[in-house]
Amino acid sequence: MDQQIKDLINNEINGSEVCLFMKGTPDAPQCGFSMAVSNMLKILEVDYKGINVLENQSLREGIKQFSDWPTIPQLYIKKEFVGGCDIVKEMYENGELKKILEDKGISFKK
Amino acid sequence: MAMDLKEIEKLIKEALPDSMVEIQDLAGDGNHYSATVTSKEFSGKSKIDQHKMVYDSLKGKMGNELHALAIKTKE
Repeated sequence: MDQQIKDLINNEINGSEVCLFMKGTPDAPQCGFSMAVSNMLKILEVDYKGINVLENQSLREGIKQFSDWPTIPQLYIKKEFVGGCDIVKEMYENGELKKILEDKGISFKK
Repeated sequence: MAMDLKEIEKLIKEALPDSMVEIQDLAGDGNHYSATVTSKEFSGKSKIDQHKMVYDSLKGKMGNELHALAIKTKE
């Protein structure tokens, strides 16, 4: 994997506590799965950074290798890969997402 | 490109022989599926690892021929 892309990803996940690699932006998601995760974070009032992989083809492929995960969106909380849409949705529904946010000291609407 | 429901089921079953696989074609377009996979192999593994096992069974088709597959794993 290209070192430049690796650095770019590391900069993003080091720079923001909650990062969502997504298709489109939080205001204008371009895929239903990205929109779903984005909406869950909005409902929980989590301050997150959306990184639009559609703007950078090398990033789009690079993040898949970086996380060893074949799909987008991908959610990182405090540098840790939490999951894609299905896992985040399940965690949102069963309360585990709130627990992770709490454990990691991220502020959200309780 | 689309993928047949039976082919998805076959690939998952090859990788996880004990699994029960339920697949739904969500949009009826051969492109958006959901799969519920139940297998003892998931026992003791994180959700991320469980989903990776299903992705691995699809041998790189996920994100390529297969555009969307919502996965739910159960032990």
